Amino acid sequence: MSSFRKSLLIAGLLAATGAQALAQGALSGLGRPATPKEIAAWDIDVRPDFKGLPAGSGTVAQGQDIWESKCASCHGIFGEANEVFTPLVGGTTADDVKTGRVARLTDPGFPGRTTLMKVATVSTLWDYINRAMPWNAPKSLKTDEVYAVTAFLLNLGGVVPDNYTLSDKNMADAQARLPNRNGMNLGHAMWPGKGLTTGKAPDVKAVACMKDCAAEPKVASLLPDFARNAHGNLAEQNRAVGAQVGVDTTAPAGSAPAKPVVVAAAPKAAGSGDGGAAQALLTQHSCTACHAADTKLVGPSFKDIAAKHGARADAQAYLAGKIKSGGVGVWGQIPMPPQALSAEDAKAIARWLSDGARK
Amino acid sequence: MSADDDNNLPGAHRAAAAGRLLKAPENYLDAQGIRTVVEEARHGRRDFMRRAFATAAAGTATVAAVGARAQSNPLPAEGGDPNILNLPAHTTGLGQGVATDGYGKPSKFEANVQRRPSPGLTQTQQSSVSFAPLQSLFGIVTPSGLHFERHHQGWWDVDPSKHRLMLNGSDPTLMKTPKVFTVDEIMRMPSVSRFHFIECGANSGMEWGNVAVPTVQYSHGMLSCSEFTGVPLKLLLDQCGVDYKKARFVLGEGADGSSMTRTVPMELIESGEVIVAYGQNGEMLRPENGYPLRLVVPGVQGVSWVKYLRRIEVGDKPWATKDEAVHYIDLMPDGTHRQYSSIQECKSVVTTPSGGQVLLDKGFYNISGLAWSGRGKVAKVDVSVDGGRNWRPARLQGPVMSKCLTRFNIDWVWDGKAAIVQSRATDETGYVQPSYRQLRAVRGTRSIYHNNAIQSWLVQESGEVKNVQLS
Repeated sequence: MSSFRKSLLIAGLLAATGAQALAQGALSGLGRPATPKEIAAWDIDVRPDFKGLPAGSGTVAQGQDIWESKCASCHGIFGEANEVFTPLVGGTTADDVKTGRVARLTDPGFPGRTTLMKVATVSTLWDYINRAMPWNAPKSLKTDEVYAVTAFLLNLGGVVPDNYTLSDKNMADAQARLPNRNGMNLGHAMWPGKGLTTGKAPDVKAVACMKDCAAEPKVASLLPDFARNAHGNLAEQNRAVGAQVGVDTTAPAGSAPAKPVVVAAAPKAAGSGDGGAAQALLTQHSCTACHAADTKLVGPSFKDIAAKHGARADAQAYLAGKIKSGGVGVWGQIPMPPQALSAEDAKAIARWLSDGARK
Repeated sequence: MSADDDNNLPGAHRAAAAGRLLKAPENYLDAQGIRTVVEEARHGRRDFMRRAFATAAAGTATVAAVGARAQSNPLPAEGGDPNILNLPAHTTGLGQGVATDGYGKPSKFEANVQRRPSPGLTQTQQSSVSFAPLQSLFGIVTPSGLHFERHHQGWWDVDPSKHRLMLNGSDPTLMKTPKVFTVDEIMRMPSVSRFHFIECGANSGMEWGNVAVPTVQYSHGMLSCSEFTGVPLKLLLDQCGVDYKKARFVLGEGADGSSMTRTVPMELIESGEVIVAYGQNGEMLRPENGYPLRLVVPGVQGVSWVKYLRRIEVGDKPWATKDEAVHYIDLMPDGTHRQYSSIQECKSVVTTPSGGQVLLDKGFYNISGLAWSGRGKVAKVDVSVDGGRNWRPARLQGPVMSKCLTRFNIDWVWDGKAAIVQSRATDETGYVQPSYRQLRAVRGTRSIYHNNAIQSWLVQESGEVKNVQLS
């Protein structure tokens, strides 16, 4: 056999082997077994049957301390704040704790829905606080702290008493008192699998009428004229060439057809100019989670801080101190928690602020 | 509102004869002329524009070039269009060299086409959403830089050499060998590339009760479509020895601060549709979209398409994670919340003309829009211009793919009267997209999620298009 034909044969054999290997699902040499240590580091999920829940406990009182230092800045002292996120607590009653159905969910007039009005599983709260809270320092709470914060949250909602200790042993008891524990509905056909939801067919059934259909007779809802420019000038949000252009919402309705305008793309401020180094620090220490350059978020804008305190003789020391130790009352009642950054970085940010917070 | 717009269906020849776009007569008017046109148009006298234009064409006005704007197409008195007669610099000079920009950008004249947040919708930038500019997009693919964003705890640019994907079981009996893969290893595996839409479960959520936003960008822009490249999750699970009889649920988990988790049914993984993707539109995923790995769960709301995917767990029960027990649950009129409502049902929207745009003249228009279904292929799209009394089937642009956007087009000659433009999609299961009235009759107005109602755009006599709801 010529060497050429031999090599063809070998190639054919190799191809056959490859195909066989794939058919068996063995991607040879790819992936390795995960170690128990690795799995423990990442497998943190907790299910409604408490599978995955680590042993531990925390009291309502401990939870209150943690809450006030790490949670209240976004969620309010009583979990009621609507400033940053939707409120966690409110809208549930002692009667709901008995029935397991939040009565106010049937009232279309009740404004908003809090977390405790909706959630049907304590595991959900524990799992989410553990994996994602505090918002700007997720996964920094210890297991017992997660129990304590969960206990405090449940206490705020009247689910557990002031002297309660929540633990892996009694979470099922707390679960049995959750106000909306019976409020979930699986009677729909929108789960793309079997055996979980019970609906057999889509709930809304329309027909595709083509001629002389019963149309809805009138315009029932449209944006009021005063909201015309609420989303910015729509002329600047449409392509300037084409069959249609955006309407100039800075002018009253019914004005002239818009003149197409092209807005120059906004230059990126971060990392450029004098403020580049400061911007990097602001990002590194998650300052930007609560503060923005020109607009109020959770806390005041950097521009406002610079305007208010930049002229103080002790501006740098004052601001560095405020950054390190946090505070409340200067800008409102949402507290800023103490920040764990080096004195050097705090000083650098304070210097940048007192210099006018330039981008 | 005229109910007889459809009585004269425009054939292509008729449309060609009738259609004449008159876009920016200001180009051929002096300052006084512009003021007059503005004044007259304010009084709704559209025909005046034609006369003004004719006057300009007769040579009584000077050319006032004002930046970039839509081009009108008149026959000027001097016997030719100065844009033709006077050769521009780009015709007579030397252009720029290759690789001036190692990663090319859109034309500077396209700067208006941006993804944008909706003012007042969220209080922070890290837990927020930006909407894709559907009104300015063609075809079905969303340019990656315009893909809508939803972050719960900010986005990251993750180093792919340090990123790992772990697969394990919630119980050792459910998976024989839990495994860890590097991104290199995943990219060595047999790959698939597929086009799919991704839609946030809360898309159009602001509009459940009433009209709340002006344009299709904000009403429908939590929708994008890409070609995704990656490895079927089934192939990865097969490497680990999964007990498919017992393990009927799969959890995806992200590596970012929120470590997003969502339950996906094993049936979808077994269908081969769910992929662990690294590619998007021919390049790697964008950081805002989960670089270097994200889960692609076709037909299911975007929250399940976990970004920065770090872990897959198989289990015998669903997890009731935060985003399936506090959010992404649909409030029904009886006060219960629908849980595990994952499928994005059949929906469509006209993207041009759409809210916030202006039609500058009567005549021919190509009504164009997007249709999609989380249950499969789009079978049909009908368009009405009389508020839903009469409908005509639109042309579907092929290829029509499963759980993917489908572009539709239909001819329309606008007679200058008020019109209400709507589209209604039907998918291959026979499901017909409902009206607001039909949807609300079953689900009320407080659901937030899964609003797939027919969208209505009111074309006013002034040419301005408004977002409206009918009843």
